[in-house]
Amino acid sequence: MMTNPTGRVTQGQFSFLPELTDAEITAQVDYGLNKGYAWSVEYTDDPHPRNTFWEMFGMPMFDLQDPAGVMLELQACRKTFPSHYIRLMAFDNTRGIESIAMSFIVNRPASEPGFGLVRQESNGRTLRYTVHSYATDAPEARRY
Amino acid sequence: MNKPNEPGATEITDKKKRYSAGVLKYRQMGYWNADYVPKDTDVICLFRITPQDGVDEIEAAAAVAGESSTATWTVVWTDRLTASDSYRAKAYKVEAVPGNPGQWFAWIAYDIILFEEGSIANLTASVIGNVFGFKPLKALRLEDMRLPFAYVKTFKGPPTGLIVERERLDKFGRPLLGATTKPKLGLSGRNYGRVVYEGLKGGLDFMKDDENINSQPFMRWRDRYLYVMDAVNKASAATGEVKGSYLNVTAATMEDMYERAEFAKELGSVIIMIDLVIGYTAIQSISNWARKHDMILHLHRAGHGTYTRQKTHGVSFRVIAKWMRLAGVDHIHAGTIVGKLEGDPLTTQGYYNVCRDSFTRQDLPRGVYFDQDWADLRKVMPVASGGIHAGQMHQLLDYLGDDVVLQFGGGTIGHPMGIQSGAIANRVALEAMIMARNEGRDYLAEGPDILRKAAQSCTPLKQALDTWGEISFNYASTDTSDYVATPSLA
Repeated sequence: MMTNPTGRVTQGQFSFLPELTDAEITAQVDYGLNKGYAWSVEYTDDPHPRNTFWEMFGMPMFDLQDPAGVMLELQACRKTFPSHYIRLMAFDNTRGIESIAMSFIVNRPASEPGFGLVRQESNGRTLRYTVHSYATDAPEARRY
Repeated sequence: MNKPNEPGATEITDKKKRYSAGVLKYRQMGYWNADYVPKDTDVICLFRITPQDGVDEIEAAAAVAGESSTATWTVVWTDRLTASDSYRAKAYKVEAVPGNPGQWFAWIAYDIILFEEGSIANLTASVIGNVFGFKPLKALRLEDMRLPFAYVKTFKGPPTGLIVERERLDKFGRPLLGATTKPKLGLSGRNYGRVVYEGLKGGLDFMKDDENINSQPFMRWRDRYLYVMDAVNKASAATGEVKGSYLNVTAATMEDMYERAEFAKELGSVIIMIDLVIGYTAIQSISNWARKHDMILHLHRAGHGTYTRQKTHGVSFRVIAKWMRLAGVDHIHAGTIVGKLEGDPLTTQGYYNVCRDSFTRQDLPRGVYFDQDWADLRKVMPVASGGIHAGQMHQLLDYLGDDVVLQFGGGTIGHPMGIQSGAIANRVALEAMIMARNEGRDYLAEGPDILRKAAQSCTPLKQALDTWGEISFNYASTDTSDYVATPSLA
């Protein structure tokens, strides 16, 4: 159980709001498609803030017209990884951007163990910090 | 509208007459040429000139061109040792400022050979050097500059840029949220760190040192950095997000600044901060350091109001923003429109566009006079700070867009239920507004309803709206566009 005001990992665009319904997710996907973004589904069992590369659930969906395509992929990912973190990411390949334009979490484990802060005393009063993901104390695939 | 060349008003082409000892009019010396067509490689400045009574506008424009390039008050024969025509800036157009009798816009072109590669100090020593104190002018203002592609390419620009900043922070698709730690003076390092921790854990992405927090008797810099970084890391572990706090490294000397920046790096900070008052050379130096050490560089525009605010004299902030993008900062305070500090909506949007565009188009209502190709230079994240609160979220999003840091200082720390509650209110208001906008709602008109609905399941937001919902700062702006009526905020 995390102690921040939401009680959960607050990455992504909408973590402070009530869980998005599938209809609400579809509306966001539609917004991205209208902007010309490519959506992708990614999942992980280690939501460490510096863990950039979540696993890709298939390729980014370029040239898609209908949000239903993204929602199908999302349902498949949820079915395969019901207790993992899953996020939807929209990619904008415009010159000068070429990066993520939207990102939000659409699936979480029932209980989120969060992170510990390890302080290593160094020279003088200097500290070196390590943010430790409790989930990774267990091996892959046995974390939630 | 451009004035044609008149007899006696143009360059003397007879070399013997031109270089006889004595005093000539500037336009006779070659600083005015109505037929000049600027080259793609020229730097072009647009000045607003207010000549003294009896000084005609063409002579005044030629004088500005002369005094910001090669001229001195009298003819010198040593000009003949140079290809002097290259070094003379050329005023080529003057136009009356709409609705302001006695004021003129003057366009002046400078050959690229006049400027050292990659040096803001050199560029500014020319174009705002001696000329601003020139007696024949009552007042002079640098309104805008066109920087040629070739010259832009000699600058490294922002060390991180707003795209890579978002990737490092793992935050996309919404403005970033920040707050300035308050009170700005008097907190000890320990108390200061408390405010940082509460704000970040509550949901903000950044906390920030204020411009005059350096290393005073009540809180020395090392103490501040140590406590702040404990707060940052603790908040990061509590939320699973990357967090930061702008550690102000502004100091008396570059050596002190490097020492402070090194310590910030050693403690794992993602960002450091400088004040504009350190000067252009110091900014470029610390920008190099930031590039070398993967550090985001935040610039507070402390002091700019002394020369940017009045319309008749000084340097427009859009020019400062252009210089800072070249010099290489990642964040720059660029106004809030709705907050407590000066900022006409369209003019402020002009500053934002200069920071964030790949190619800025001429846009007179926003005070942008030139097309500007940014030559793939990275983009600066504008920062909106000063007197803003959650109840204005729809307006802020509409005016400023997604790529901005919204800084709610008082609007976080002044929350009746505490700092975390203030942070929650801001984050919930922001996420609710982004979601509504993406769903296609008319979020500007429905903004208050969207906020009230979000507040039904978020008591801290309800309390924030009850406390500040009606607060606004509606004063007439002093720095406004000359080309359209300024819309009011009401």
